[in-house]
Amino acid sequence: MSDAWNHRQIRELAPALAGGEVSPVALTEQVLARAAASPLNAFTTLLPEQALAEAETAAREIADGHYRGPLHGIPVSVKDLFLVAGAPTTAASAVTARTPSPHDAPVVAKLRAAGAVVLGTCNLHEFAFGTTGEDSAFGPTLHPLDTKRSPGGSSSGSAVSVAAGLAFASLGTDTGGSVRIPAAACGLVGLKPTAGEITCAGVIPLAPSLDHVGPLTRSVADARIVYHAIRDKSPSPILGKPTTGRLGCPRPYFFDLLDTSVRVVTEQALTRLTDAGWLVTDTPIAHAADTAVVCLHLVLAEAAAMHAEGLEHQPEDYTQEVRLRLELGRYVQAEDYVRAERGRQVLTAAVDAALKGQSALALPALAIPAHRLGTEAVDFGATREPLRNAMLRLTQLFNATGHPAVSIPCGTTPDGLPVGLQLVGRRHQTDQLLAVAEACEAVLG
Amino acid sequence: MTVDEWLSAAETDAQRRGLKDLTPLLRTLAKATAALRAAEWNQRAAGVHEDPPSRAGSE
Repeated sequence: MSDAWNHRQIRELAPALAGGEVSPVALTEQVLARAAASPLNAFTTLLPEQALAEAETAAREIADGHYRGPLHGIPVSVKDLFLVAGAPTTAASAVTARTPSPHDAPVVAKLRAAGAVVLGTCNLHEFAFGTTGEDSAFGPTLHPLDTKRSPGGSSSGSAVSVAAGLAFASLGTDTGGSVRIPAAACGLVGLKPTAGEITCAGVIPLAPSLDHVGPLTRSVADARIVYHAIRDKSPSPILGKPTTGRLGCPRPYFFDLLDTSVRVVTEQALTRLTDAGWLVTDTPIAHAADTAVVCLHLVLAEAAAMHAEGLEHQPEDYTQEVRLRLELGRYVQAEDYVRAERGRQVLTAAVDAALKGQSALALPALAIPAHRLGTEAVDFGATREPLRNAMLRLTQLFNATGHPAVSIPCGTTPDGLPVGLQLVGRRHQTDQLLAVAEACEAVLG
Repeated sequence: MTVDEWLSAAETDAQRRGLKDLTPLLRTLAKATAALRAAEWNQRAAGVHEDPPSRAGSE
């Protein structure tokens, strides 16, 4: 079988699978071979026998006329934070056991019910508590375009598996940007749906009030396919399929600290959208500058609570950086957590207000292009920011507020590194956001 | 507890637990906590009611 299909989108591949032009077995064999030979360290566990058995079942069902839909026979990967039957759930940590899970997380079961072939589990930043994928018991995940760079995280292996043609979609988690950040760094679409739309059951939590499950894919259409397969509720209404509309651009805070090349590519993308008929207007989000302090207190306290037992009994098994951040959370005072919760309410109202009259908000997803491995801080002119702060700066607000947000590719830097445009929609209108994102994607191509 | 009092106690505790590398992180958190407490919208959380409840004469 030709490898011409390896970088195709699900929406292109699905008709070929449904029509018998492409065999799920041959496709799965091919991506498994590529994944096994890949030097990018995207997977923590491959499940070749299980995946091939699933592909054979899919082939049989399709041949018998029982086509389940666009994920039937499609090889996918899953972040190693979800329970996946037959694979240990390691969270890329030495803290966890290496016993294979007897069952799937509900979202993984939904993927299988839709006919997807689960290839294995993907590398990540340990316990999803980091933005780079560099702190992992399995070693760092490497960027497909430059192995001296990080693909971003924490869903690092998920992004690399899709970007490098080792899977056609992946499930990730996003607590402060961990789907959208690696999507932006790797030139993919990364969707964080509205809070609560997709169950986090069977997923090792980081900070439960901020955790979201979301897909990483090669197009908005593919993100919609996976999102529809895994969500808990019926579709939210779409108010027409937009070709143009109004985009609010929250420049204060979100455009203050950007890498020069990211700024140029983002501005060019906004100009292209304007030229295509979108009305792009400056739309500040009140109190946005308080985002980091609010999110920091929420995530530190919740993560420390989740890891209290591990910190007591296996502290040396964590990577040093992750352990220190978890320990830090143990010192957050209850009164400050309450203050941060108040901040979350204020910020949620501020994002709701900014969205009034807009189809979506538009802003960069990641302030820097894919960074070199080992980077600790980033200079924005005279301002030096810790890498982690710089990477979380543009995404974490929408974890706190629960608004749906998606990163779509919008161009590349002069070095050829991808840049992501983030679009943010109204709560409980993720389908509408995807419709806007698809229209923008058509312009930004 | 003020942020300064909290930071002093936290640094002492971290040292006692052998986590000296935590000190710079605690100082960063202290700055963030001070900013959180100073946020204009946090007056209510700090104990200043925008609309004081009428409780005169009641327990």
